[in-house]
Amino acid sequence: MTVIATPKLRIANVALRFRSRGGVPVTALENISLDVEDKEFSVIVGPSGCGKTSLLRLVAGLIEPTEGAISLDDARISGPGKDRGMVFQSYTLFPWLTVQDNVEFGLRIAGIPAAQRRETAKRFIAQVGLNGFERLYPKQLSGGMMQRVALARALANDPAILLMDEPFGALDSQTRSLMQELLLDIWQASHKTVLFITHDIDESILLGDRVYVMTARPGRIKEMVQIGLPRPRTVDMLTSDAFIAIKRRIMHSIHEEAMRSVATERPAADG
Amino acid sequence: MASFLDAYATPKKDIPRRAYLTVSTLVAAAILALWCALSYGGLVRSDFLPTPDEVVTAAINGIADGSLLVNTSVSVTEIMSGFVIASVFAVPLGILMGSFKIAEAALEPVTNFVRYLPVSALIPLLILWVGIDIEEKISVIFIGTFFQQLILIADVSRGVSQDLLDVSYTLGANRRTVVARVLVPATLPGVMDTLRVTLGWAWTYLVVAELVAANKGLGYFILNSMRGLFTDQIFLGIMVIGLLGLITDQVFKLLRNWLLPWAAG
Repeated sequence: MTVIATPKLRIANVALRFRSRGGVPVTALENISLDVEDKEFSVIVGPSGCGKTSLLRLVAGLIEPTEGAISLDDARISGPGKDRGMVFQSYTLFPWLTVQDNVEFGLRIAGIPAAQRRETAKRFIAQVGLNGFERLYPKQLSGGMMQRVALARALANDPAILLMDEPFGALDSQTRSLMQELLLDIWQASHKTVLFITHDIDESILLGDRVYVMTARPGRIKEMVQIGLPRPRTVDMLTSDAFIAIKRRIMHSIHEEAMRSVATERPAADG
Repeated sequence: MASFLDAYATPKKDIPRRAYLTVSTLVAAAILALWCALSYGGLVRSDFLPTPDEVVTAAINGIADGSLLVNTSVSVTEIMSGFVIASVFAVPLGILMGSFKIAEAALEPVTNFVRYLPVSALIPLLILWVGIDIEEKISVIFIGTFFQQLILIADVSRGVSQDLLDVSYTLGANRRTVVARVLVPATLPGVMDTLRVTLGWAWTYLVVAELVAANKGLGYFILNSMRGLFTDQIFLGIMVIGLLGLITDQVFKLLRNWLLPWAAG
């Protein structure tokens, strides 16, 4: 039996078009092709309005592409499912559930027995450093803590790939750094396949094995940058020469795009 | 002087609790004092403005002969029946209307038409259809609250974040689970607030309902007192309604904090 190496996630020639409210046809994404390998941390970085959130929602199955196909483990994606766990930029904890019950949500739907559910949830709550917070409600937590719970909730479901849509975008810079370190630790321990979206170049380099730079309107992949920085990574690397060299390259690439998008003066509709 | 202005004239700034209570008490006392001055001082004829002690006497008499209790319980029964029936239908329909376009298409145009009709204009029709007994009062309160509840609850449902539903799908939930376990619980605080506000409105429709063809109830009591120029009884009726409104409002507040501790505060 021959094993043909297929990527974990394959996005092939995807385009997304729709009509805006005024009836104007909009091409949000065009000719997007990228592969995410198993156990790889891929990051998409791009200016606001480039359609990167739409791309992640396509992978999640929350919207459908106009053209092209997306497949996970060779199976075509046709709707949302628990094999693609997602962490949103906005706070999406269920306010009426405690931390414990939030993390158990997916397991409960899947019909996992209570004892096992509790044990699994406890493990992931511990992993995101929230031991002792199990019985609190979301409104009693800070923004960073809520995103930790959201991460634990997604991980507890053991998804094949973890989709992260600017999950630290709403946090202050200190909290954001802590969350990046936490995510690096978790990834180092689990080697989960991750597709991560951000507009923060530092974040993309620090976290990613590969960084895809996206263009604005219509969103296209401009280039792919392989991040050769050694792992495990720490935030100290942010000031290393190797890091800065990569950053310069990506900044330049994004800057070109931003200038182009300002020059064409087309209003951006979404993130 | 500047420091006084800083402390009390800065928008949104908290003031000491004691100052807050003092101002509240002073204003209430001032209104009472004005009432006393106007009535005891003979500045307004007692036919138009009763003295406070006349109102207290009317209350004592009303309790003693049982009429106050009977009228109050009749009104409370009417309000609660109309309000509960309206809520039982408005809550589920409102949630559907706010989150399912097909339900919105079906219900919203009709609702927007009916909710601007003055309820009092429908009373003659209601009398023809359901008579002049308690059914007419319940119908008026039902119509007065149901359509308002529907619109407000639809807004609550519409306001539930799409991301909250989307994250549930990515956690493995199907449509039914999302509606039952996410959409509905997410609307509960807003639903409770809507019920609380519309119960207040139900009290205003009570008097409208009882202005026509009633022989019991607080609205009838007020109207009947007017015919005999018993202003002390009119005042009593108004105050009882105000007091009952205040009590139900507080009960709702407590109920919300008790039932939905996660949304309290």
